[in-house]
Amino acid sequence: MANQKLKKLTPVQQQYQKFAQAHEPARPLLRNLTMAFLVGGTICFIGQLIQMAFIRYFGFNERTAGNPTVAILICITAILTGLGVFDKIARIAGAGTAIPVTGFANSMVSAALDARSEGLVLGVASSMFKLAGSVVVSGVVAAFFIGLIRTLVAMGG
Amino acid sequence: MLQGHQSWVFPSRPAILSTAVIGGPFEAHGPLADDFDLLHGDLRLGQKSWEQSEKMLLDETCAKAIEKAGLTKDDMTFFLSGDLMNQIISSSFAARTLAVPYLGLFGACSTSMEGLALAALLVDKQCAKYALAATVSHNAAAEKQYRYPTEYGAQKPPTAQWTVTAGGAAIVTASDNQQDPLVVTSATIGRVVDMGLKDPFNMGAAMAPAAFDTIVSHFRDLEIPYDYYDLILTGDLAQIGHDILIDLFDQHRIEIPADRYSDAGLMIYGKHPDTWAGASGAGCSAAVAYGHIVRRLRSGDLQRVLIVATGALLSPTSYQQQESIPCIAHAVSIERTGGTKR
Repeated sequence: MANQKLKKLTPVQQQYQKFAQAHEPARPLLRNLTMAFLVGGTICFIGQLIQMAFIRYFGFNERTAGNPTVAILICITAILTGLGVFDKIARIAGAGTAIPVTGFANSMVSAALDARSEGLVLGVASSMFKLAGSVVVSGVVAAFFIGLIRTLVAMGG
Repeated sequence: MLQGHQSWVFPSRPAILSTAVIGGPFEAHGPLADDFDLLHGDLRLGQKSWEQSEKMLLDETCAKAIEKAGLTKDDMTFFLSGDLMNQIISSSFAARTLAVPYLGLFGACSTSMEGLALAALLVDKQCAKYALAATVSHNAAAEKQYRYPTEYGAQKPPTAQWTVTAGGAAIVTASDNQQDPLVVTSATIGRVVDMGLKDPFNMGAAMAPAAFDTIVSHFRDLEIPYDYYDLILTGDLAQIGHDILIDLFDQHRIEIPADRYSDAGLMIYGKHPDTWAGASGAGCSAAVAYGHIVRRLRSGDLQRVLIVATGALLSPTSYQQQESIPCIAHAVSIERTGGTKR
């Protein structure tokens, strides 16, 4: 694949790309991984506390406490995004904030905020899923195929 | 007058009558803050959208340049402007406010020098009395259009650059009857150079060959020695592009003294970690050239400067369609006439 791409380039371009690549600073992988682990872990820890609070004080059980917990995390993310704080945390945390539900909520709220100036219908409503749309689509497609496989396996057995 | 392949020399030496630079809150914390005419504390500039903020920034910059020249907008013959927004709306809307005959330009971040070169040409050929060249960029407006929503939490690679929130404008006129003016002596119009790089988060590396091509062409066309200029300033190559360009000079034996080359993308914020490799945007070269460099030229600290504004001519669509990034650079030489104060 990589070789095929290179073939389209002239020798001068290939030579320059190698030369330019040598100037690129390496991504701070260790720091990114550590921060993602710490921040992502903290978010999950907070989520766990919320879930336990729902079970203990509001009469939910382990199964039903999941949904309100996620809703609260989404609300917190939406507020932090609106206050302009979330993107500053995410800059350092990377995957730590992107992978949990916070990343999904942030992608929707930030897109909606940016599109607000274009109106509620053509702006907010149509742009809200600009980034989150791909996640929803791939989730639904993956769920469909896994469901299909499961059904087939069940039929065979 | 055409000289060599792609350079203009201006025998009448059009003068830069005045310049104005206006920036945003982040620029106010940079080392060049004192070189701005005005710095806004509010990134929105009291407007409803980022696009309107950018347009307002350009409006104010043009008004400031006209005010500093002691003229009114009716004195302007032509307005040459460009920006990074789709259909260059900031410029066109500012032209609506100014009501001056207008030529819209698009050269991405190279627009500042594209405008100045054309303004000088118009004045040199006596086609304009006062030509106003301006450009603007706004961090949030550019983020929204080219990258992610402004509040989206994304982690960018260390090669990424921070789009400057700034407008820069210059008024060019014939140089008679002026004391100690700055004059535009020549300009080199760049070719599009595309080395096949595709990463929009590494534009410095993509643009460096374009800057190199234009600089080499400039010295070749004008037949001047490599140490002719006190300073060669590239627009927004930032750290990676800056280092690549120096290596390209070395490889091709272009002996530009090391202390006489620098990059505007490294100057405007210093080494601020939040800006990754450095600054970029149409306002980057404009703000540094029309603010910092013009001040140093006027004070006599510099005598001859070559500004090489670099632009990456990509769009979000071309990037998504896997196209590489075509790049361009335009060079304009600004000299100080009159007594040397060094």
